[in-house]
Parts: sequence; structure tokens; C-alpha cells
Amino acid sequence: MSLVQSNQPQHRQKSGSSSLFNPEIIRRALKESILKLNPKQVAKNPVMMVVEVGSVVTTYFAIRDLIAHSGDAMFTLQVTLWLWFTVLFANFAEAMAEGRGKAQADALRRTKTQTTARKLEKGVERVVAASELRKDDFFVCESGDMIPADGEVTEGIASVDESAITGESAPVIREAGGDRSAVTGGTRVLSDRIVVRVTANPGESFLDRMIALVEGAQRQKTPNEIALSILLSGLTIVFLFATVTLLPFAHYSVDSAGQGSVPTITVMVALLVCLIPTTIGGLLSAIGIAGMDRVMQHNVLAMSGKAVEAAGDVNTLLLDKTGTITIGNREAVAFHPAPGISEEALADAAQLSSLADETPEGRSVVVLAKEKYNLREREAVGLVFVPFTAHTRMSGVNIGDRQVRKGATESVRKHIESLGGSMPEAISQIAQDIAREGGTPLVVADGKQVVGVIQLKDIVKGGMKQRFEQLRAMGIKTVMITGDNPLTAASIAAEAGVDDFLAEATPEMKLAYIRQEQAGGNLVAMTGDGTNDAPALAQADVGVAMNSGTQAAKEAGNMVDLDSNPTKLIEVVEIGKQLLMTRGALTTFSIANDVAKYFAIIPAMFFVTYPQLRALNFIGLTNPRSAILAAVIFNALIIIALIPLALRGVKYRPASAAQILRRNLLIYGLGGVLVPFPCIWLLDKLVATWTH
Amino acid sequence: MVLGLIQILIFFALVIVVTKPLGLYMKRVFEGDRTLLSPVLRPVENLWYKLLGINAEEDQPWTKYAVGMLMFSGVSMLFTYAALRLQAFVPAILNPQKYGADQIPSHLAFNTSASFTTNTNWQSYSPEATLTYASNMIALAIHNWASAAVGMAVAISLVRGFARRKASGIGNFWVDVTRGTLYVLLPISVVFGTIMIAAGVPQNFDAPTVIKTLEGATQTIAMGPVASQEVIKMLGTNGGGFFNANSSHPFENPSNFTNLVQLFLIFAIPAGLTYTFGKMVGSVKQGWSVFAAMSILFLAGAVVSLSAEQAGTPQLAAAHISTASSDTQPGGNMEGKETRFGIGASTLFATVTTDASCGAVNSMHDSFTPIGGLVPIFNMLTGEVIFGGVGAGLYGVLMFAVIAVFIAGQMVGRTPEYLGKKIERFEVQMAMLATLVLAACVLFFTAMSANTFYSNTSKEQAQALVESGAKAADLGLATRNQMSASVSLDPKTQKADIDKLPASSRWNLWPATAYGNSTDTYYGSTRNNVNNGGAHGFGEILYAYTSAAGNNGSAFAGLTANTPHYNLTLGISMLVGRFMMIIPLLAMAGSLAKKKFSPASAGTFPTDDATFTLLLVGTIIIVNVLTYFPALSLGPIVEHLQMQQMKTQ
Repeated sequence: MSLVQSNQPQHRQKSGSSSLFNPEIIRRALKESILKLNPKQVAKNPVMMVVEVGSVVTTYFAIRDLIAHSGDAMFTLQVTLWLWFTVLFANFAEAMAEGRGKAQADALRRTKTQTTARKLEKGVERVVAASELRKDDFFVCESGDMIPADGEVTEGIASVDESAITGESAPVIREAGGDRSAVTGGTRVLSDRIVVRVTANPGESFLDRMIALVEGAQRQKTPNEIALSILLSGLTIVFLFATVTLLPFAHYSVDSAGQGSVPTITVMVALLVCLIPTTIGGLLSAIGIAGMDRVMQHNVLAMSGKAVEAAGDVNTLLLDKTGTITIGNREAVAFHPAPGISEEALADAAQLSSLADETPEGRSVVVLAKEKYNLREREAVGLVFVPFTAHTRMSGVNIGDRQVRKGATESVRKHIESLGGSMPEAISQIAQDIAREGGTPLVVADGKQVVGVIQLKDIVKGGMKQRFEQLRAMGIKTVMITGDNPLTAASIAAEAGVDDFLAEATPEMKLAYIRQEQAGGNLVAMTGDGTNDAPALAQADVGVAMNSGTQAAKEAGNMVDLDSNPTKLIEVVEIGKQLLMTRGALTTFSIANDVAKYFAIIPAMFFVTYPQLRALNFIGLTNPRSAILAAVIFNALIIIALIPLALRGVKYRPASAAQILRRNLLIYGLGGVLVPFPCIWLLDKLVATWTH
Repeated sequence: MVLGLIQILIFFALVIVVTKPLGLYMKRVFEGDRTLLSPVLRPVENLWYKLLGINAEEDQPWTKYAVGMLMFSGVSMLFTYAALRLQAFVPAILNPQKYGADQIPSHLAFNTSASFTTNTNWQSYSPEATLTYASNMIALAIHNWASAAVGMAVAISLVRGFARRKASGIGNFWVDVTRGTLYVLLPISVVFGTIMIAAGVPQNFDAPTVIKTLEGATQTIAMGPVASQEVIKMLGTNGGGFFNANSSHPFENPSNFTNLVQLFLIFAIPAGLTYTFGKMVGSVKQGWSVFAAMSILFLAGAVVSLSAEQAGTPQLAAAHISTASSDTQPGGNMEGKETRFGIGASTLFATVTTDASCGAVNSMHDSFTPIGGLVPIFNMLTGEVIFGGVGAGLYGVLMFAVIAVFIAGQMVGRTPEYLGKKIERFEVQMAMLATLVLAACVLFFTAMSANTFYSNTSKEQAQALVESGAKAADLGLATRNQMSASVSLDPKTQKADIDKLPASSRWNLWPATAYGNSTDTYYGSTRNNVNNGGAHGFGEILYAYTSAAGNNGSAFAGLTANTPHYNLTLGISMLVGRFMMIIPLLAMAGSLAKKKFSPASAGTFPTDDATFTLLLVGTIIIVNVLTYFPALSLGPIVEHLQMQQMKTQ
């Protein structure tokens, strides 16, 4: 499905629930489908409710006929059985969709039980049950402890194993202050000691919400699902009218033809059930649940089905440059010396300034110096490392009085001017040229003299350009968000093939951009992790918060990416689209199916009254009973046959809406009209052979 | 057959030619822009607003728009009802035949006023034997204008719902109705009225002329102001004729030329409105794709109807009647068709009049072959969206577009949207409400009329009972399955005996004495009102309710509908079919107007290409076929199969 799949961490396969048709899930689903016959449950689905009521009615006639030996008891009984199966199959589909989530919820629940907490009360530790912790309490965790509740680290730093939630086994760092302060209940501290302030009461924690979400306990119908239910209910009522009035029509016809008899109630119920959209009615909730589950399989936690649906509608994707479009780090690719300075001297100074710089950029300068001039790393004796600060925006070393610095052009200019030097015009020119080409210039100064410029370059991830082209074909605009200056941003944007970019982006600018897009009628999706992303995440129609991010960000978004991988936004959009496509495809298929059923049932109903109507039976069904049974059986079995499609979703290929529509109309529209004919014919032959 | 096809093509070419200029003109009219006629009509328009105290600047929310529409329709319907019942009191020059309330009893007046208010123009009566010239020219003719203008106004306001962004209003009902009448209907009527007079259609207030024929018999030739009513009857897709024979009458429709003009007038505004729609939503392609869907359905119907009639029937062949066309003979099935029009112009007229909710006829649809008769029924069952009524066709087809987009639109992976507006819960609710109520109306009333027994008494039984002085209750003896016959009784001489019939039998009494017959007819079962038994009779009932609920007004002509039962149920069908369609659609317009607009992208469901056109056609066919297939298969379909097997009942 995705071109850059290989760049991403493998999604964790949750224990015992990886396959769609795991025996354990099937066993559970079989039991559930019986329990779901409860009228209270069925009533949520008007279409299936009609089938259930119909089944009860024919059951009455079947029993009456069996006892009284009247009518056609065997036929009524068979119709009745298949009507009940229709309801059971629909229940089974829903139970299957819920199955994987339920299994996952069980696993999560196990991590929740028997946790104790070391609560801090006025500096004194006391062991209490985790459930006693309330908001704004404090607790302590040391290596090996299970974190008892969601919270924010107020003191200390620790490595934490979050695999229980994310499935990712590599530990993550959690520390007081900054954007990595949030810890989640149910995860385990591996080293060090932290003090945590509780941010969620029992029952409202992330784990609780996650359990509720995967289990579907809080599942509410999405707006589109509600609208579709209304359409299906409307069609059901129309067919109810068509069937109910057929009885008086039949009375007239029998009277005027003077032969035959009006169809029995059993046959009328069979016709009704065949006509109402049972296929989509039975699979609708399964499709929704499966969609959310597919998002979950990508390790993204959607807070509502509405969010997944909105993802399909997104027109604008805000993508963070770093980590999404480019591989996180920039790399030194060239040295540009100042006039009168040799390239080797620049390399030497650059290497010196970077020796103690552990950032990937710093490391790449050392590597480039070694590659180009074979400059080896020196012992850092007498070197005093000057780290990067937001204030100076430079880093470097001091060797005695000698100050070697590297940094952004403007910062270095200020630095050397304060020492009495000046920035050569040639250097400014070089820096500008580099920026225009999409690189980042780092000016190197030795004392008050500028020795040259290091050219850093962003590395665009492989396959992104094609990916963005596909998105464009699907009508989705990609916007790169970066803190870089406009020149740099423009160049990377061109290389990556995004449609637009937001340079020197601040959270306020992001928010403003989202609002502007929305005012133009577009739906916007974005990812974010910092607290200052929260307003934008809340404003966006789809806001994916990184699990590594702050609590504020996680609460503002409507999805949480447990892998903290911003590229996944694209997959989420695809899943949303797939969900909607599946719904549309099965609705179309279901309605198109009705044509064939009419041709099977109507001639059978008036077999004696109007023998001429046999001309409509052009597929050659054997007799009225087998024809009606075949239609009813087809109607039930098609639900089972389509469960895999409903759970997996229709095949998704990135293409323009016009192409997708043409393809799907052909498969599900025309296919929906044609497919039932041979199937009903085959079932008819089977039924006829079996009953003879 | 070839000539018939050529006629279809010539007519359709004229429609294509007029679509753009008329559509553009109507867009300018309804948006209040300056048009060619503004210098003359703008002062009239403003004076009108001043007289009626209309604030033309007001932008109404849908609720206010709907209230205005209902008030306007309600008041004008009451006026017509009163005018019809009081028709005896008009000056003698306008009532040379001295017609009064006897000719138009309350149930007929209800049916007729509902019929004309709803642009249906179903006529349960024979106009020349029922109505004064005044009733025709005032009580009914105002609706020919008003109901057409209301239809246009509703369509335009729905289009505004799509075109506007985050707006609270959908236009001003009073302004829309005024402009529709003044700038669109009036000028076209004046021009074409003159043409019709020139082509031989009478326009006078003379009393009917009585002449002696060559054989020596006396013949009454009806007269009247025909031409003026003829144009608006077509242009406003009204269809209520001046004469009972409607457009097959030589005074309404004397020649093939006037026939073509009439056909053209029926489709002109509905076709033009598709262009207006495209222009108003900012893409003429959107309008043309709707136009194309309508065209496919029209052409298919016209060709099927033509070939079915031209093929004739096996019965004709068995009677050694040549059904092949020759230089001197039209061949095929000529029953019920005018020789001056032949099969081609008759089937084309039948198709066009039922596509658009006109309902005028130039041949008797009841005499068509089963398939030839199925085409008009099917056209009406689509909800009159194949060009459809003035305005009604456009708003009807847009409702289907909304349903089509909702069902199939998700297949592109987005929540459904049409013309940049999201189709959500409310829109689906309204579209389904309209669909449901219409289907219920047609199906339940047909079921009712096919099985209602006001009095199960055969003629002989009834007379025997009446003579023996039996109690009224005894008259309901016959079994349900017995097809009961009508009972004709003369109220003037047997007044006492009528009282012995069950009171309920009056529900199906045809007041024949009002038209000079010597006896009234008590039909008993509503089944008896059909001229033919069997599947064809069922088709006649189905046709009537389809025509009423679809606001078409054409009749299969085999049904005696002028009884309280039929007049009331048909009248209700017409009101339901009109207002239960308009109100949900106005609500939809209001909801759409409030929405923001999402610009189209490559990911948007394209609604301006051939795929959408075919999808729209498919949706219209499938939704209607699924709803009405059982009814159709017990009517025209089985009748056709019986005919092929030479078995008729």
C-alpha cells in the first residue's frame, strides 16, 4: 500500500489477534451473534429489526403449520430458518469486527490490575492502591516500578518502557519540564527515579480511554453513518410499502384473473427481507468498527469514528518537515571558505567547533572533514565546549583565548561585530546562495575572522515525491511546515514536491494557516507534539498527537500516534478514505442486488394467477418454492460472503476520484446487478435437487 | 418508424437550441439583472410590489419562503374552489351554457382546485360540459400562471441553496413568483398565443354552434377563448385542456405545426432551467450533465413508445390487419390516435407530456399497446424529473442527484458532497421524506381503489332489492370476490329508492344527471370505475394515482374519476405530491445555503461528466423500478405478456 513502508518501524502485531480470522475471535463471535439477537440490541439497526420481526412472524406460521399440518410447513420452516440466519450473520459480522478490539482490551486490562502506588504526602512516601490516586496527587517511581497513573514528571528523569501501550520495546526518556514530561499509567520505569503529579483520575486515564476505544464500548455512530442509516431506513419503509400494498394488488389480480391465490404472509415476508438493504444494513456497523480497528493496527488511537471519517475528507495535509519529509537530520555536504582562506583551514576550524557537538549536524561536520581532508578527531584537551543556546544561536569551543564558533549567519555577524570584526560580503553571498538551494548555511568564525561557511543539507526521504504526487491525484494538498527561512523552505519544498510550505512557522502561524484553509472549505489534518501545538491540533479537523508529546497535545488532538511517527498521517487519511469507500461500495451493491431478487420472486408469487409472468423468470428457476428460497438464501449468504470485504475494506488505490468512481461503479454497481443472477440460479438448482 | 425518429430528432434539436438562451435569460431574471424586457417590465414589477406591500429586498429564510408559498397556494386554491362553486353568478356572456353548481359538486370542485393549484391539471370532468368561460379563464387559468411560477420559484430557491455560501436566506418568494410570471411566462405566452391564433386556434366568446351534419344529425361545436389558454397550458406544463379531448381536439391543436409548437413549449422552460441551474452554481457543465441524464431518459422513452405502437399487436395481425406502414397507411396501432398526427407525433406527445408534468394529451393513452402505455406510467413514476414540470422537474432531479451522490459518492473515499455542499443527515432525511410520501401516496391509494367496495351489489340484485323494498343494509350482500356492477338509478323518478342504497354507496356516485343524463350511476365497488377488467383495469387505477401524485394530470382515460371517492383521493394525492415534495426540498435548500462551500479537487466526486449522468439515470431508474416493479408487473407488464400470448381478459 505505501511506498515508504520500509522506512517505518514494523507495526506491532498484537498478541494472538493478528489474523482477521483467528479461531478464538471466531468462537467468541459465534457466541456473541446469538446474544445479539436480543431485540434491544437489534433495535439499534432498523433494517435488521425488520428482518427479526419478519422472522418471528414466519416462525409463528411455521409452528402453526407444523402443528396443524396445514399449509406448506416445510417451506415455511425453511424460509424461517434462513431469515433467522440473516439476522445471525449480520450479528456475526459485527461481533467479528469487535472481536479483535475485545481481545486487545483484555490484554490492556491485564496491565491495569494489581498496581500499587508510592504516594507522596508532604514528603512522606506511603504505599496505596493505584485506584486511590486523584488528580494533583504526587507519587514516586523508581526503576522496576509500574507507573500507577497518568501524570506529568515534576522532578527527575527516567527511561520508561512504554511497550504495554505502544508495542515499541525501545525505552523512551521522560523528564521534568519540556515536551517530554508526560507519563502514562501502565508503563514501567526502567531506570532512575521520577516524581510525578497525577493528571487523570481513575477511570479517566489514557489506558482506560484506550480500553474503551478498542473495545468499542463508547462507539457512537458517526454523522455519515447516521445519514446512511436514515437512507437505509427510508428505503426499508419504501419496500415495506411496496410489499404491504402488493397484498391488495394481489387480491385484485386474483379476483380479476379468476385463478390462483394471493401469496402467503411467509412469501410476503420473504420478499420484504430480500428487498430491504440487509447486506449493507447487516455490515454497516462492522465496517465502521473495522475502520477504527485498522487505524489501531497502525498503532494510532482514534478518539472517535468521526475522526477517522474526517480523515477521508481531508483536503490539506500539514506535514512537519523534519521526520516526515526529510529524515530528521541535516548533513554537512560542503565547505565554502572565505576569500583568502584555504578550504582545508576552514575544514579544520569547522571540525574544531564541532568536536564536542553531539548533534547529528555536528557529527556530520566531523565526518565530512575526515572524508575530505582526512582530518582526524583530536583529543579535546584544553577545549572548553560552548553549547548552543537559544540566545546566542551558536555553538563552538574556546581554546584559551581563541574562540571558534559556528552558527546562523546573523548570529555570527553579531558575534564578530561585538569583537570588532566584520562579515565579508562574499560570505553573506555564499550563505544566501546555499539557502536558496535548500541548504542551511553555518558560518564559521575563528576569533573575529570569518573563515567560511559549512553547507548543511536536508535529506528528503526516499519515495516522498511519488507519495505526494499520488496525494495530489487524490485531490489532497500537502503543506510542509518548517522553522527554516523561506528560501530554504522553498527549495526543500520543491525537491520534495509538496504543494505549499509554511516557513519560519510558529504555532500561531500554523493555527492561522489552518483557519484560512478551513475558511476556504478545506478539511485539514496535522500532526503535533508540543504544548504549543495544542491550539492548532484542536483546530485541525484531524489532529494526530504524538504519543511522545505533552498531555496538552494529546488531549487537543483527536488521534494519538503511539509510535510517534508523523508520516503516518498519510496512512490515516488513506484508511479514512477506504472506510468511506467500503461503505459506499456495499450500499451500492446491496441496492443493485434487488433487481435480480425481483425477477426471482415476482413470477413465483403469481405463478398461477398470471402464468404469463413466467416470462420474467428468464434465468429459469425451477419452481416457485425453490425460486423464493434461493433468493432468501442468497440474501443471507451474501452477508457472510462480504464479511471479509467489510472488515478489510475495499481495495484502495491512489487515483483521482473520477477513476475510482468509474471502477467502483463498474464493480459494485453493475456487478451488484449481475452477480445475484448466477448465484440465485445455482442456489435454486441446489434447493430443487435437495428437496426432491 | 423512420419518420417518427426524424420527428423526435427535430423536436429535440429545437429543445437543445433553446436551452442556453432561455436558461441564460431566466438566470438574469431571477437574479434581478437587467434584461431586454426590463425597460418595459421593471416599472410594472415595482408598481406591483408597491401595491401589495412587498419588500423586494428581503431575503427570506426557507421557513418564511415556504410559508409564503403555502399561503399563496392555499388562498388561490380557496379562491378557485369558491369561484367554481359560484360559477352560476358570472355575467351571461361568460356563461352561455348556463352552468352552475350542479355541474361542479363540492368533491369535484375540491379535486379541480387542488388539481390546478398543484400544476397537475387533472380533469375529472369534461370542461365543455361543466365549466363556464369565466371558470376556465379566471378560476382555472390563474393557476396555469401561478402554479408554474411557484414551481420555478421553488426550483430557483433550491439552486440558490447550492450556490450560496453560509447564507441564511434562499431568496424572496414573492419576488421570484412575480418575476417568473412577468418576465418569463407572459412574454412567451403573448408571442406564441399570436402564433397559435394565426395557425387556426379559435379565440372568441361565442356560444357553441349547433349545425346540421351531412347525414342530417345535429352537432354541437364548442367555442371559446382557446388560444390564450393553449399556450400557457403547455408552457406552464399545466395540461388542463379547454376541451375534454384536450390537444387531440382540432381547435386546440389543429395541425402538425401547432403540435410541434406545443411540444416545444412543454420542454422549453424545464430544459432552459437546467442551464440556469448550471450558470447559477458556477459551472454550466453541471447543468448540461443533468440535461444529458434527462435527455437519455426522454429519448429512451420516446423510442420505446414509438416502436411499441408502430409494431402493433398480434391481435391486429390475427385479424388480418396490416400493421406495416405504407405510403397511405400509418400501420401499427392507430387506435385512439388522430390521423392528422399519426403514430410518430402521438407517441412523441405522450412521452413528452408525461416526462414533463404537463398532462395534455393528443391521443388516448388508454388505447396504447401495453408497452406504449407503460412508458407514460414509468415517466410519471420517476417523479416527473425527465425535464419535468416547470421548476418541478429541476427540483425533482436535484433530489435524485442528492440521493445518487449520497449512495455512490462515498465510493470515491469522501463523505458525499454535491456542488461543494456536504450531503448530510438533514438532506438525506428530506430527500427520503419526499420519496417516501410520494411512494406511499401512489401505492396505498391504488391499493385502496383496487379493493374498495362501497356496495357489493349487482345491477339486477340492486334493482330487485329496491323493488322489493328491502332494507339498505341488505344491499351489501354480494361476496367480496364477485366483481360487482354499477347501479344506474334515476334520481328524478326514484328518489325514494336511492335512499335504500347504503349511504356509503354515495362515495362512488357519478353525478351523471348534472351533465344531462337521465340517471345517476352508483358504481358500488371502485373497481367498477375502470372501463376494462383485468391487468389493464389495474393499470388504469395505477395510472390515475401516479398521474395525480406526480402532478402530471394526464389520464389513461379509462377511468370514471368524477365520484367523491376518486375526486377526494386523487385531490389528496395531488396536494401531497406537490407540497410534500416542495416543503422538504425548501428545507433542504435552507440547510444547504447555510453550509460552507468546499472547493472541488481531484478527490471530489465529479458531477459534471458522463459517469455522473449515467449514475443519475441509473439511480432514477433503480429507485423507481424497485418501488413500483410489483405494481407495474401486475399492470402493464403482465398485460403485455398476455397480449403476446394472445390471451386477453
